[in-house]
Amino acid sequence: MNKVKLIAVFAENKPGQTARITGLLATAGVNVRWVTIASTGPFGVMKFLVDRPDAAFATLKQNGVAVSFLDVLAVEVTDRPGALHAVADCLAQNRLNLDNASGFVANRRAVLVIELHELERAQTLLQQAGLRVLTQAELLSL
Amino acid sequence: MFWDRVIETLERAALARLQLERLQTTAARVAARVPFYQRQLAARHVTPDHIRSLDDLRRLPFTTNADLRANYPEGLLAVDRRDVARLHTSSGTTGKPKALFFSRRDLDAAAELVARCFVMTGATADDVLQNMMTYGLFTGALMLHYGAEKVGLMVIPAGPGNSDRQLMLMQDFGTTIIHVTPSYALYFADLLEKRGLRPCRDLTLRKAYVGAEPYTEETRHKIEQGLGVDVYNCYGLSEMNGPGVAFECGQKHGLHVWEDNFLLEIIDPETSEPVSDGQPGELVLTTLNREAMPLLRYRTRDITALIPEPCPCGRTHRRIQRITGRADDMLIVRGVNVYPQQIERVLMGIPAVGRNYLITLDGLDDMSVQVELAESGFDGQVEHLVNLQNQIIERLRAETLVKPKVELVPPGALPVSEGKAKRVVDRRRL
Repeated sequence: MNKVKLIAVFAENKPGQTARITGLLATAGVNVRWVTIASTGPFGVMKFLVDRPDAAFATLKQNGVAVSFLDVLAVEVTDRPGALHAVADCLAQNRLNLDNASGFVANRRAVLVIELHELERAQTLLQQAGLRVLTQAELLSL
Repeated sequence: MFWDRVIETLERAALARLQLERLQTTAARVAARVPFYQRQLAARHVTPDHIRSLDDLRRLPFTTNADLRANYPEGLLAVDRRDVARLHTSSGTTGKPKALFFSRRDLDAAAELVARCFVMTGATADDVLQNMMTYGLFTGALMLHYGAEKVGLMVIPAGPGNSDRQLMLMQDFGTTIIHVTPSYALYFADLLEKRGLRPCRDLTLRKAYVGAEPYTEETRHKIEQGLGVDVYNCYGLSEMNGPGVAFECGQKHGLHVWEDNFLLEIIDPETSEPVSDGQPGELVLTTLNREAMPLLRYRTRDITALIPEPCPCGRTHRRIQRITGRADDMLIVRGVNVYPQQIERVLMGIPAVGRNYLITLDGLDDMSVQVELAESGFDGQVEHLVNLQNQIIERLRAETLVKPKVELVPPGALPVSEGKAKRVVDRRRL
C-alpha cells in the first residue's frame, strides 16, 4: 500500500530541543521535506518527512533520542474550494476517525498528510472516492 | 560452595553461644576503653557482668548516627592510635562525617566476610572482578576489594565513572563480575544499548554485586536484562565494615546476615521496641568481632524484615529482606508517609518507563515525578504518551495514596549520577 513513513521524535518542550534534533539530522546529511511540531504541556512530538528515513532513524537512535517511525497517508487534493472537504467527507461517511492532519502546497500541488488507525482501509476508500494517495517516492519527488 | 563451611552452617545453638561470648567481650571492651559507652552504661546502671544471655542485649544502650558525629573524630576509639590500620569515613549530607577506625585484625575479619559472600554466589579464582565503586574514604570499594583478593579473583580497581574505559576494561580483560551501584548499573546498561552492544555476545559478564543504595526487585530485573547478569543484592554500611554485612546466596531471596560478626535486631523505629519476626522495622546491629571501634546496637535507619525460615542453601545465618527504605528517606507528603522505593517499584514495573526518575516536592506539599521514557517506549503517537502519563499517575496514587504530577521526559533528559543517585529534591518551605 501507499503509506508514507515519517520520523516521530519525543522531546521536552523547552528551548534548544528542536535545534538538537535538526542538528543531528543536518550532520547526517538528511534532508527534511516537511515538519510539524505539536506540544501538549511539558512534552512535544516532532514529525518529519525526510528523504532518507532509515538513516534519520539510525542517527537519532544512536544519539539516545526517543524516535519512532510513523506511518501516515499523503493524499493529493486539488488546490480549490471543497477539496479538503472531499477527503474529510469520505472518512466521515465511513466512520474513520482522523487523529492528526496537516497540509502543504508544493509546486502548485496540494498534499494532505493524515494520521489515522486503519490506514489500509482508508487508502482503499479514498481511492474509490477518486482521490490520489501518494507513495513515499511520489511525495518526495513533488 | 562455602568459604567457611563450619561457621556458615553452624547449628543455631552453637552460634548463639558464640554470639553471647562475643557480646560479653565487646561489652567489656567498650566499658573499659570508651568514655562515651562508660557514661551510657553508668546512666543505665549496667555493667558488662549483667550480660548473661542474649536477651540482656536489650539492657545495652543504642548508638545513633548523632552519637558518631558527636564523638568525631576519635571519641569511640577502643584501641591505641598505633593499633589502627585504616580510617574510613561515612559521609553525611550535612556537617562532619562519621570517622570509622579499623585495626589490622578488623580488616582481615571484614575481608573474611566478603570472601564468604563471593563464594556463596559461586565466584572462584577464575573470576575477574571489576570494582566500579568509589575507592577512597568510602568503604564500598576497598572492603570488597580485599575479600575478592582473598578468594583469589583478579581484581580490576576501576572505580566509578568513565564508562568508555569501563567498557574497554571489560572487553580487554574479560570481566565476569562487577560491583556497582544500581543507578550506575542502569546507566551502563543504557549505554550498551545505545552503542548497539549485546552483553551476552559482546561481553563476558556473569554476575553483578549491586548495593550501596536501596533498590527494588523490578530494578534487579532491569539490570539483569540490560547487562545479561545475575544480580546479587549486597548490603552493608560503613559503620559496620561496608559491603558484605549481608549478601544474597544463589537463592536470590533475602540476604544472609553474618550473625557470628553482627548481632541483629529489628525494631519499631518510633517506639524502639522489637517487632515480631517477619514484620518490617529498623535494622539494628551490634558488632561482635571488632576491636578498634566496636558499636553497640547501632541504629542503621534501614527498614527491612527478618526472614525467619531456614534457607535451602544450608547456611544457618538468618536472612533479611532487601532494604525497602531508609527511615531517614521517608517523605511525608500531605500527612502520608511515602518511601521513594515505593515510587521506584511502580515505575520500574511499567515497560515503557526508562531507567531514571526524579521526585520533586514543591510548593505547599505537591509531589511531582519526572519520568524518563524508555527508548522503545515511544511509537510516535501523542495519545499513547498521554495515556502512559495517566497510567503512571493512577498507579502511583494507588501505591502511595498521594496523587502526584507526572511529567514524561525523553531518555537521557534527567541528570545521571555515576555514584549514589539523587532521587528526591525537596523544595518545600513548610
